Amino acid sequence: MALIDTINPLLTTGWAKGDAGWSLKDYEARGGYKQLRRVLESRMSQDDLIAEVKKSVLRGRGGAGFPTGLKWSFMPKAAPVKYVVCNTDEGEPGTFKDRDLMRFDPHSVIEGMIIAGYAVGAKAGYNYIHGEIFEAYQRFEEALDQARAAGYLGDNILGSGFSFDLFAHHGWGAYICGEETGLLESIEGKKGQPRYKPPFPANFGLYGKPTTINNTETFAAIPFILGMGGEAYLNLGKPNNGGTKLFSVSGHVNRPGNFEVPMGTPFAKLLEMAGGMRGGRKLKAVIPGGSSAPVLPANVIMDCTMDYDSIAKAGSMLGSGAVIVMDETVCMVKALERLSYFYYEESCGQCTPCREGSGWLYRVVHRIEHGEGRPEDLDLLNRVTDNMMGKTICALADAAAFPVRSFIKHFQSEFEYHIENKKCLVDPEVQRMGSGFFKAGNV
Amino acid sequence: MNNDYEKLSPEALRRIDREVAKYPADQTQSAVMAALVIAQDEKGWLPKETIAAVANYLGMAPMAAYEVASFYNMYDLHPVGKYKITVCTNLPCALSGGVHAADYVKTKLGIDFNETTADGKFTLKEGECMGACGDAPVMLVNNKRMCSFMLPDEIDKLLAECK
Ligand SMILES: Cc1cc2nc3c(=O)[nH]c(=O)nc-3n(C[C@H](O)[C@H](O)[C@H](O)COP(=O)(O)O)c2cc1C
Ligand code: SF4
Ligand code: FES
Repeated sequence: MALIDTINPLLTTGWAKGDAGWSLKDYEARGGYKQLRRVLESRMSQDDLIAEVKKSVLRGRGGAGFPTGLKWSFMPKAAPVKYVVCNTDEGEPGTFKDRDLMRFDPHSVIEGMIIAGYAVGAKAGYNYIHGEIFEAYQRFEEALDQARAAGYLGDNILGSGFSFDLFAHHGWGAYICGEETGLLESIEGKKGQPRYKPPFPANFGLYGKPTTINNTETFAAIPFILGMGGEAYLNLGKPNNGGTKLFSVSGHVNRPGNFEVPMGTPFAKLLEMAGGMRGGRKLKAVIPGGSSAPVLPANVIMDCTMDYDSIAKAGSMLGSGAVIVMDETVCMVKALERLSYFYYEESCGQCTPCREGSGWLYRVVHRIEHGEGRPEDLDLLNRVTDNMMGKTICALADAAAFPVRSFIKHFQSEFEYHIENKKCLVDPEVQRMGSGFFKAGNV
Repeated sequence: MNNDYEKLSPEALRRIDREVAKYPADQTQSAVMAALVIAQDEKGWLPKETIAAVANYLGMAPMAAYEVASFYNMYDLHPVGKYKITVCTNLPCALSGGVHAADYVKTKLGIDFNETTADGKFTLKEGECMGACGDAPVMLVNNKRMCSFMLPDEIDKLLAECK
């Protein structure tokens, strides 16, 4: 189980008992479904509900940080059939918070989705769950059964006249289905290839109907926002960066895991909560928002606070809140090679700049790593990324380009050393021991 | 044998029906991903005949079902060993030994990625981020069982457990 630690726990209040606290009665005991009940019993207007979410300045937790209330307000009022879709396809390398939400507090996501359904006038919803986390999918199915049996899902919920049902759709291994329109294609039983936009899902979504799609953590925050009020939620964080956020901290720390902290918490504090650097080694670099976000060198990230604006100002993205920590045992060329391979593998192939470009990036980084780099390769890599960014159907091409550009920008001398000397700057034995896989006397 | 592959058991069909019920009545194709998983669980992998049987049952073109089966990584379009072990080697895992864990399994089993041991027991695959990077190194056994913190002792234990 991932270790957790919090300041001002909200989303993680239910996690304290780990696998033993997820069920309906536990959730109700900690105030669960109270907000749904209040919304339905007071017949809150859809506009008031959306206004409250806007006040919280909750920004989408799936990566793009789009204001949630605003997104909900785009849904056409008159359409007879609409959908709410939850994105639990968590495949962005470094991100593992939505899996824990599914395991430890699935009902908060269900309650958030029902309330969203009420707000946008949808009668059905789907939660798309990452293929590799079968146990979490099973848990969510169980939670749905509980909610249905208790009358929170189905026809005429709590006698209010409002009906909403919710189903789980299990993915089966395709990163691109995390992109919202690829995800919709996938629910429709097709290859998960992203659609041209516009039209956006709010107008043309699942089965061509207006659809609101949000990340798991975004929905989970909704009951808490209604519980404390939008303004109080906003004030937990900092202006324009409302509330708390889950950060998945991985890599070279003593206690990898999920941590919930208020937006605006210093990075240094988060690092301390994660137990500090493994073996007391020196911090080299951090990818602050999932593998698609530009890497930041140690001195830059140490001055950042963890919120959208601070990380953007430093030249990266808060993204999904996946904080990948690298110490001095890392060869940056090898690290980039792993990421470039991933994007090359996961490009869905529809757009030539992405399909061909991601292959070029991987092959050139691979040859540098393997001592076959050429002096002109760094320019070549930058040129290839120029031809990818902003020129494709979805943002995967940009996601493949950002790591390459930022690794070269901040660690150029390490790449140059590699090309010139045909080997890593960091001693291979030091790299080998850095992972912690080999203990003294082992293997 | 071939005949076997063309038919799904009544139990499998019942499970597929439950998936179909999740979607609007005119959208049975939405259940194809789940139906292919159910079929793969039953046959061990997905021969063309089985994919066609799934397509026929859902009233969709076999080619459309085949497209889905070939797009998503966890469908096995070729026979695999009794235990398919997928190791995550993406960067967050690699920082905590993901690649080393894969190398360790390769040495122990004497096979490379995408190979099966001669006794047909193990197949090794390289996986991408499984959304569990805090538990690195992580491995998936037969698509559904996630194994966390797979250091040498744990890997030995897992392999010994697979009978
Ligand atoms: C290649 C790619 C992968 C993505 N993967 C995810 C993902 O795993 N989970 C997620 O919530 N959003 C992911 N997104 C973002 C979604 O497209 C979408 O913006 C998000 O689900 C909207 O929800 P939010 O506003 O609550 O963040 C991805 C986007 C791209 C381009
Ligand atoms: S940018 Fe890449 S992943 Fe996105 S639609 Fe185009 S080819 Fe597919
Ligand atoms: S990188 Fe291995 S599970 Fe995420």
